[in-house]
Amino acid sequence: MRKTSLDTLPAEGGLGNEPLLAVDNLHVEFATRAGLVRAVNGVSYSLNPGETVAVLGESGSGKSVTAQAIMGILDMPPARIPQGEVRFRGTDLLKLSEEARTQVRGQRIAMIFQDALSALNPVFTVGWQISEMFRVHRGMSKRDGMKKAVELMDKVRIPAAKQRINDYPHQFSGGMRQRIMIAMSIALDPEVLIADEPTTALDVTVQAQIMELLAELQRESNMGMILITHDLGVVADVADKIAVMYGGRIVENASVHDIYKSPAHPYTKGLLESIPRVDLKGQELYAIKGLPPNLLDMPTGCAFHPRCPYRQDNCVTDVPPLHEISGTRNSACHYWREVLDGDQR
Amino acid sequence: MATKGERILEVRDLVKHFPLTQGIMFKKQIGAIKAVDGVSFDLNRGETLGVVGESGCGKSTLAKVLMALERPTSGSVQINGRDIAKAKGAELKRMRRNIQMVMQDPYTSLNPRMTVGDIVGEPYDIHTEVAPKGDRARKVQELLEVVGLNPDHINRYPHQFSGGQRQRIGIARGLALQPEIIVCDEPVSALDVSIQAQVINLLERLQNEFNLAYIFIAHDLSVVRHISDRVAVMYLGKVVEIGKDVDIYDKPAHPYAQALLSAVPVPDPEGREQRERIILQGDPPSPANPPSGCRFRTRCWKAQEICATEEPLLQIRPGTTHESACHFAETHDVVHVN
Repeated sequence: MRKTSLDTLPAEGGLGNEPLLAVDNLHVEFATRAGLVRAVNGVSYSLNPGETVAVLGESGSGKSVTAQAIMGILDMPPARIPQGEVRFRGTDLLKLSEEARTQVRGQRIAMIFQDALSALNPVFTVGWQISEMFRVHRGMSKRDGMKKAVELMDKVRIPAAKQRINDYPHQFSGGMRQRIMIAMSIALDPEVLIADEPTTALDVTVQAQIMELLAELQRESNMGMILITHDLGVVADVADKIAVMYGGRIVENASVHDIYKSPAHPYTKGLLESIPRVDLKGQELYAIKGLPPNLLDMPTGCAFHPRCPYRQDNCVTDVPPLHEISGTRNSACHYWREVLDGDQR
Repeated sequence: MATKGERILEVRDLVKHFPLTQGIMFKKQIGAIKAVDGVSFDLNRGETLGVVGESGCGKSTLAKVLMALERPTSGSVQINGRDIAKAKGAELKRMRRNIQMVMQDPYTSLNPRMTVGDIVGEPYDIHTEVAPKGDRARKVQELLEVVGLNPDHINRYPHQFSGGQRQRIGIARGLALQPEIIVCDEPVSALDVSIQAQVINLLERLQNEFNLAYIFIAHDLSVVRHISDRVAVMYLGKVVEIGKDVDIYDKPAHPYAQALLSAVPVPDPEGREQRERIILQGDPPSPANPPSGCRFRTRCWKAQEICATEEPLLQIRPGTTHESACHFAETHDVVHVN
């Protein structure tokens, strides 16, 4: 018989130097009418307790699909995971039964979505939706669940939580709705929090409030956080490590300081040069020419080669491996040395 | 073509209130959303004025009133000395040729059933005097070329283009009537980072080429700094600070401008621990019932009694270089780490 309880997962620590969460050579593909879409092609990254890993990429780079695979919320089919592992404290989540995954989801690994208005159910009160976590996972009564919901709303600093517990999502502002989402995600003290573009729909002032709240909650509970975003500014503010994704692959990963000081992949370098900055008045912006790749018709060799100023003949034919630059840095570019030195172009 | 620097747009005490009504048969007005509440500024030929502020501060309503898509409750919008807010019929139509708009979302602002040629050429159907019928296809192709699209794609539909290319189509449509002013309402916020730079560069090139004046509305302060010559900061329907871009960004004087700027994440992790962050609490109050006196006082750390009773005027304050609407205005650089 298959073991389905949470006990199959070690509660603390893990195995020696095994990280809290490790994504290892993950592949995700979608069978569509137009053909097979390889959204994620061999992505690996790891996360330790208390650490923030930013996954940076444009739309279609596979950053959200990777997160959905970790959470186990991909629709399968059409999605398929032909290869790869997602190890949480040493256990491969992809091999667990559905019941066991349900135990992990929400309790051990939780997620915040971009658009809080569509992620919340419009016909239930926010109190009901937050307390659902306790009723379903902890078997609490309605009353106790509601009590916990008020505590959580206080914790994420929603003013007058007690009076607002019976309000519906549409009665809250965008920032407050995102706080409700955060309250739901931290309800069961997860060890990993995946935040998928948590502030993209919000104003900068509200974004600052939300990021501060997340940092505070993370400090309190020593959660590991995966921050999925396209905003290079937010990443520079909060991340410890960065994985840059392009065309379903990680093209560069490094510590936050290394990557902003000296990017080792032409795509990262181009991105950093193409954003206007609030503290500098620049000249003409550098624009990466061309368009992000079409996933149905990926370029041969390196997916970035049609847009790359460093391109040589072998970029068109050979897929670059993830070269190790130092113990903590990798770049998937044949010419990472030239990029790092800032030669050419 | 007229010289750069000449005044082309003069906005004075512009007010737009949307009535709030109650009852079905006998509607009675019970209040008003004060979306724009007394805004004045000038715009010169070839210049870019950036307008920044949180959602709900009235920046998009301002754009609609400038375009005469909404009639203002009071105030004037003078384009080359004539008031578009009061113009009617043929005169309004003629004036509209001079002020055009680029919208935010290139996915919904282009009709999916029309070809690119029809979309970009539609202004000529309305303003038939600009281009004779036989000449239109050539003109549209010229426009496509100007914005960096392939002129042979004139018969394609919007869905065959990427987001950045669609925004270029929207820009080509805005240019069709050779306006002097273009109102850009969040023109790059729906685009990917690597595409944003392409569109920003295009807008700057077009400005130089055609001596266009831009009203550039955006919530992304970094983009606004890059493109603007002057910047206006709006809060709850009012301009709280206006000045040259270097003044606003390096020497902001109004507490709201300082808070807004300090909240912008800087894409550089060096010194992130030292960076000053002013975190505003709560959300902006409702524009239906704004606070008395200074509208920002409910979230302001400098607020005193006078702020509740006396509304601060937009004027140059002692010790500052540009106009701000705060009784306790004081310049303070929040963007740079020293």
